[in-house]
Amino acid sequence: MIPLLGLVAGVLVGLLWGPDVPLFLQPYLPIAVIAALDAVFGAVRAVLDGIFNDKVFVVSFLANVVVAAFIVFLGDQLGVGSQLSTGVVVVLGVRIFSNVASIRRHLFKA
Amino acid sequence: MTGHPTQTPPTPEDDRSGSVSGTSAWGRLLRMGRPRTTRANAFAAVLALGLGFAIATQVHQTDSSGLEQLRSDELVRILDDVTQEQNRLADDTRNLEVTRDRLVSGAGSSEEALKSAQDRLDTLGILTGTRPAVGPGVVITVDDPSHKVTAALLLDALQELRDAGAEAVQIGDVRVVADTWFADADGGVQVSGELVHPPYVVKAIGDPATMASAMDIPGGVTESVRSQGATSTVEQSQRVAIDALHSLQEPRYARPVPSPSK
Repeated sequence: MIPLLGLVAGVLVGLLWGPDVPLFLQPYLPIAVIAALDAVFGAVRAVLDGIFNDKVFVVSFLANVVVAAFIVFLGDQLGVGSQLSTGVVVVLGVRIFSNVASIRRHLFKA
Repeated sequence: MTGHPTQTPPTPEDDRSGSVSGTSAWGRLLRMGRPRTTRANAFAAVLALGLGFAIATQVHQTDSSGLEQLRSDELVRILDDVTQEQNRLADDTRNLEVTRDRLVSGAGSSEEALKSAQDRLDTLGILTGTRPAVGPGVVITVDDPSHKVTAALLLDALQELRDAGAEAVQIGDVRVVADTWFADADGGVQVSGELVHPPYVVKAIGDPATMASAMDIPGGVTESVRSQGATSTVEQSQRVAIDALHSLQEPRYARPVPSPSK
């Protein structure tokens, strides 16, 4: 409940404040957001699997974000930034889908 | 990529261990959602706050961003698109301009056509010597009491004048045109079959200073005339009237080639 409230509050702050993303963060923020979403869905699934752990969630959240940003950074340095970004998005998207499918099976038995 | 939390054996707390489904799954979600004051929960809240903030900011950024955050290959693609669009629009512009010109010329055609035909007639009239002409120019008088000036010398003078940009020339009472010819004759020079006696008066319309200096160059007409024992004077004038006319003859042999267009 509290994390959910935090999410809503964050969205509201972002909408009302509407800051510009600093230039050096611009390639990484979208990927980082998707990686964080992956961690969030993974956490929900873990709750339903009965293996949720607060510490693991926090660590995996931060690690996801950092690794995703690092991969994009590395891709930019290697000159394949856009392709690697696409690849990361695809992988994370597949993971989010599989997590959501698992959650759905838990909650709806279907 | 780090995975979602999958390791760690089930925590000891009974209500959180084991895989569940259906109603108990909903119940567990609700229990987990209940506010708890653990440090991890606070961490999670902070992370969620940051995530929400990041999402909103990124959405805002994507909405408002222009070209500056695009990668170079995307910029190249956009540039190509714009260039193609520009070419297409330029083609359109050309076509429309052609159409517009056609419509405009159609509207004012009779008046415009009449005016341009008149202009053309005036130009051709001066060129062919069928119309009198007036304008700034020079009057060259060659006084030749001993009949030493030859047709070749007059031809040289004419050539110099044309080189200096003379647009209409008259020698004596003869208009000089494209088929004018010179021949030596007793008591003067024949110009296109007409005998011209000294003093020869050559009138030319053109830039007076240029033509006058063309006459006066070393080894030029004035010097040649003087070496023959004759005298020549060059008078510049802002108004020289050339009133001798040339009557056109229908060409017997030459026929115009039909122009390929139209």
